[in-house]
Amino acid sequence: MAVTRGFTRRRERDDRLPPGQYDVGADWPVLTAEVTPNVDPQRWTISVDGLVARPTTWTWDQAHALPQSEYHGDIHCVTTWSKLGTWFGGVSVDVLLDAAGLLVDSGFVMATSTTGYTTNLPLDDVRGGKAWIAWSHEGTPLTPDHGGPARLLVPHLYFWKSAKWVIRLTVMDHDEQGFWERNGYHDRGDPWLEQRYQGD
Amino acid sequence: MVRSVGRDGPRFAVLRLEVDDRIAHLPGQHYVVRLRAEDGYTASRSYSIASAPGDDLVEICVKQLANGEVSEFLADVVQPGDELEVRGPLGGWFVWDGESPALAVGGGSGVVPLVAMLRYARETGHRDRICLVAAAATHDDLPYVDEILGGCNVVALSRATAPGGRPAGRLSADDLRPLLRPDQVVYVCGSAGFAEATTRLLVDLGVAPTAIRVERFGPSA
Repeated sequence: MAVTRGFTRRRERDDRLPPGQYDVGADWPVLTAEVTPNVDPQRWTISVDGLVARPTTWTWDQAHALPQSEYHGDIHCVTTWSKLGTWFGGVSVDVLLDAAGLLVDSGFVMATSTTGYTTNLPLDDVRGGKAWIAWSHEGTPLTPDHGGPARLLVPHLYFWKSAKWVIRLTVMDHDEQGFWERNGYHDRGDPWLEQRYQGD
Repeated sequence: MVRSVGRDGPRFAVLRLEVDDRIAHLPGQHYVVRLRAEDGYTASRSYSIASAPGDDLVEICVKQLANGEVSEFLADVVQPGDELEVRGPLGGWFVWDGESPALAVGGGSGVVPLVAMLRYARETGHRDRICLVAAAATHDDLPYVDEILGGCNVVALSRATAPGGRPAGRLSADDLRPLLRPDQVVYVCGSAGFAEATTRLLVDLGVAPTAIRVERFGPSA
């Protein structure tokens, strides 16, 4: 595509920024299609079901009793902002999948939120240390507008895949589209490949 | 191709674009504008469509942000005749089909996709299907004010008496209550703070969360 007449970059490019993204610095924009729900942590649960040997549900306290881990790095929203050098705490999705016992070697996962929001992910994108159920951000509890009490965190994909207020991961042997994917967004969403919309 | 660049007050630029092989949009959808520098650097931003589907051109409204790499370029550098790389229409959730009764509540530049809804209602002869509530701090923070005024629409300014006569004050339940109908879809568009405060007002007034569609945006220079 042609050069835009008169346009020059104003910012130094940070190598951590995928193409087409800009750095929001200390800000953390909120983007949600729905009303922010108020979820009582003591009533929140996280379940793994679908093609697993032992469909399992953990309460808030049970999930916190699992081995905890943190993610330190960057996050990228499809609306072109990235937040660099941030961190989250929670439990690795690997821990939950291992406990439930996967019945498939490859496949897909559908994440579901209290609001009914869904997003689909390849199984390989949520295992191997790539995904978390996160309940803290930079050392403080995750606030409701950012998905608290707990959200899915899949930081190597665009952030709509990191479903807020997540309550269920369903393991499937086939792919099904979630909320934004049905509305024109990409099924995988790799920011380094700029997989923003269907067809990218 | 850019056909015209106009202004709406001191903070907004209105660009009208002729789009080749254009796909019809629904009010509420957006375009992505991508700028490309000579060294290959690109910057993309999403802009809501302000025009109705029947308009020959696609209109976007750009809020100028201090030091905004893209917004200042679009407002100050772009001239009629320039070519811009655009992609759209995008978005399948925050859209109005023009059929269901709708209440649209926008904060600042968040009114832009709602203006497209208003124009669509006018274009299809169903002006009674939608009411638009536009809120901002001052007149300068709100585009399309003259067009919004009238009918069941409300312009609310928190720091000044609004054109239309509403006294200064934040948007309140009293502004929204008279406009609620049981079968309506409610569209809320604005900053994260505006969207949170407004959806809370609506839910407190008894609107079902499932009837509310929200488009929030953060700082996007």
